[in-house]
Amino acid sequence: MSDAFTLGLFYTIIRPEEKWILEAAQARGIPVERLHDESVTFPLVRNGFKADLVLNRSVSHTRSLYALRFFEHYGVPTVNPYDVVSLCGDKVLASLRLQEAGIPTPRTVVALTPEAAMKALDEVGYPAVLKPPIGSWGRLLAKVDDREEAEQIIEHKTALGSPMHSVFYVQEYVAKPERDIRAFVVGDELVAAMYRTSSDWRTNAHLGGETQSLEPDAALTELTLRAAEAVGGGVLAVDLMESGDGLLVHEVNPTPEFKALAGATGVNIAARIVDYAAGVAAR
Amino acid sequence: MTQCPECEAVVQKGDKIEGEIFSCPECGVELEVTVAEPFAVALAPQEAEDWGE
Repeated sequence: MSDAFTLGLFYTIIRPEEKWILEAAQARGIPVERLHDESVTFPLVRNGFKADLVLNRSVSHTRSLYALRFFEHYGVPTVNPYDVVSLCGDKVLASLRLQEAGIPTPRTVVALTPEAAMKALDEVGYPAVLKPPIGSWGRLLAKVDDREEAEQIIEHKTALGSPMHSVFYVQEYVAKPERDIRAFVVGDELVAAMYRTSSDWRTNAHLGGETQSLEPDAALTELTLRAAEAVGGGVLAVDLMESGDGLLVHEVNPTPEFKALAGATGVNIAARIVDYAAGVAAR
Repeated sequence: MTQCPECEAVVQKGDKIEGEIFSCPECGVELEVTVAEPFAVALAPQEAEDWGE
């Protein structure tokens, strides 16, 4: 396999995840072509790179989208594919797809102007969560407790100027037990899962929440794999919340971090990703 | 000898590779290995609005 296959690693920075991926590839004798998203150029016709498959680890959604489209244009398969990243990277599009697939998700209303956002918040009811459609790591998420607070937050977001801050993704605030679940999918398998606990209402491990390994039961496994399949599959982190009505999928991350998850579970996720990428390249 | 551009503390290469992000052991600022050999570092890129998972 190693003679025939060069893995392209498209990246912004080398975090522990990328370092582990490089180590896993080396352990398998797979050569890696490093493609730094700050320096790669993309002619319309493929020229001068060797990779047989590109593993996207860029942290920039914008760079990821253009680059993946170019790699696919060159006939190079990517993990994940452009369609999966473009869908999952936009919370509005992802919610629509999950709902179409019958995956339980938090109640969500989208508004396209500040005035409509106030109506959307009234429809969802307070407290609610206001999210930018693009972005993660808990950035610019707001828990909105009442109308007065909503007016202030919407005014601030509008003042940021970017058209994307005038798209309002309003979601019900799920009274969860101060934790959520991250379930990591590689191909058709749930390879590791954990609880993320935080006294902050945002439970992103990026924000310093605590983590605890979780043995997935049949219901969690089934819902996680259905959610992953609904968005197109690949290497995905499915985030779920435990509500009074059962599990809800609130996010599917297409370029997931896994340092905290690997630490909590002991699973060599990087190795699983490299093996999966090699398998996709061999198809 | 390679120094942190923020606090001028000496930073060691260890097993770090090009592109790797690490914290300055003195001031805690995030640094990026710009060249592995000879070892050179710069302040890590600032998180942009579209960065995430």
